Amino acid sequence: MIRNLHEKLIKQEITSEKLTEEYFARIDEKDPEIQAYLSLNKEFALDKARAVDKKIKSGEEIDLLAGIPCAVKDNMCIEGLPVTAGSKVLENYTASYDATVVSKLKESDAVFLGKTNMDEFAMGSSTENSAFQTTKNPHDTVRVPGGSSGGSAASVAAEESVWALGSDTGGSIRQPASLCGVVGLKPTYGMVSRHGLIAMASSLDQIGPITSSVEDAAIVLSRIAGKDRFDSTTMETAEKKYEDFLGANIAGLKVGIPKEYFEGDGLDPRVRELIEKSVQKYKSLGAEIVDISLPNADFALATYYIIMPSEVSSNLARFDGIRFGQSVGAKSERTGADYTLWDIYFKTRAKYLGKEVKRRIMLGTYALSAGYYDQYYLKAQKVRALIKKEFEETYKKVDIILGPTSPTPAFRVGEKTENPLEMYLADIYTVTANIAGVPAISFPCGTIETDGKNLPVGLQLMGKWFDEETLLNAAYIFEQST
Amino acid sequence: MLSKDQVKKIANLARIEITDQESEKYSKELSDILGFVEKLNEADTDGFEPIAHITGAKNITREDKVLEYSDEAKENIIKNFPEKKDRFDKVKAVF
Repeated sequence: MIRNLHEKLIKQEITSEKLTEEYFARIDEKDPEIQAYLSLNKEFALDKARAVDKKIKSGEEIDLLAGIPCAVKDNMCIEGLPVTAGSKVLENYTASYDATVVSKLKESDAVFLGKTNMDEFAMGSSTENSAFQTTKNPHDTVRVPGGSSGGSAASVAAEESVWALGSDTGGSIRQPASLCGVVGLKPTYGMVSRHGLIAMASSLDQIGPITSSVEDAAIVLSRIAGKDRFDSTTMETAEKKYEDFLGANIAGLKVGIPKEYFEGDGLDPRVRELIEKSVQKYKSLGAEIVDISLPNADFALATYYIIMPSEVSSNLARFDGIRFGQSVGAKSERTGADYTLWDIYFKTRAKYLGKEVKRRIMLGTYALSAGYYDQYYLKAQKVRALIKKEFEETYKKVDIILGPTSPTPAFRVGEKTENPLEMYLADIYTVTANIAGVPAISFPCGTIETDGKNLPVGLQLMGKWFDEETLLNAAYIFEQST
Repeated sequence: MLSKDQVKKIANLARIEITDQESEKYSKELSDILGFVEKLNEADTDGFEPIAHITGAKNITREDKVLEYSDEAKENIIKNFPEKKDRFDKVKAVF
């Protein structure tokens, strides 16, 4: 899709201004129902679009992303624009600098339409934890789009953006991509800078693209990846245009099928059937199917629910009503009495942080507290090492690991909000890639008819560390044969 | 099972004001989640050193150099202070 629009732009069959206006018109038409966006950025976007048109007219060479309208999840900073992370505590907060991914995209002359809805601080799998609104799934608007990057995925699926940025800590790019029938890529940990991303769990967070095709994901990845002095976890990697490496024959590609992924009773049989068909398809495309076992991957979700809240409790300590964000202020509104510093901390956090956020802060605080650290946090860090080792051994035998992205298609709004643990299980297949740090992609492999609607199902592939090339190509070959 | 008193202690450490009713709810919800993560005890981690993240990178350093922010960016930071006096962030007395 991106390349196609790019060709039209450089042949001057369309202008970026016209294209951007079309997207805003579609947002005006659809977003009152879908509610993918939290804020729009019309003036700024059209200015950029006109600047790109000028470049094209004057014969300047432009990047593939230049003049193409995109959306950014509202936990990434764009200087001068609001950034809320879906939380009341950051309502009215304005970013004072650009996230590294944003400044890179600005160099590419991408057009930012606006910021998309998300679960508060990226904590959730449905956008229902957003303090502002619940995004609806464009395929069936009584259902959730998935989360936490649900606004980004829905905007792409509803053609309210050409592509969007998401962030993924336990599945927050891939699960909504799966539920919305689009492509979502979580790059290797260390591939993309998180500077300017509002941190959730720093040892797991990764930024990546949500797009309508695998090629588009490759194009975006090539432009946001790279070492950054502002994020010490980013690694020196070869600069590569991933889109130039798509289409290679996958004959002999070793695709591992972990038996554990098909054993649990949480997997919807209709999803299982589509995944099994996809395995057959890889076989017919020449891939070698290898049965594997990942016994320790079973611990991934439990490990995640120690590591993530622990890091959350530390990262979110900054929302204390002192330096930025909402605050209860110096005095009680009700009695007029002066608050102490202590009061400001306690009351600000109680008032402006949402239920799920508080739950995770409390859980993490407990896991890190004196007397429990060894039992929970230290143990989880050891299990992480165990899972990493298991993946290292597995990748000696296979190139790719295949499985479902989500155990079910999109669920109904309100269906899982009462039971946090049940909502957590939506991430069962995706968290492992974050714990192991490997790249993973979700892309459509079929639909399930429910209530007269066709609900999309995503297939997940996990690759080797920093081998996005093989991963993207394997997804591309599958996509092209459908 | 986390008691209500334990929950209150945690909330105190986390600097979150909670009501008595909330502490009861948290006690149940947090106990459920802790019950789920108990599973980790089954993992045989003998001989494994804990790792904090996956890349193995450590001690990444850079030059300790001051980079000047633009005046506009500085004003944007100041604008975000909840309480201010002139160009200072106003904070309650610590003691």
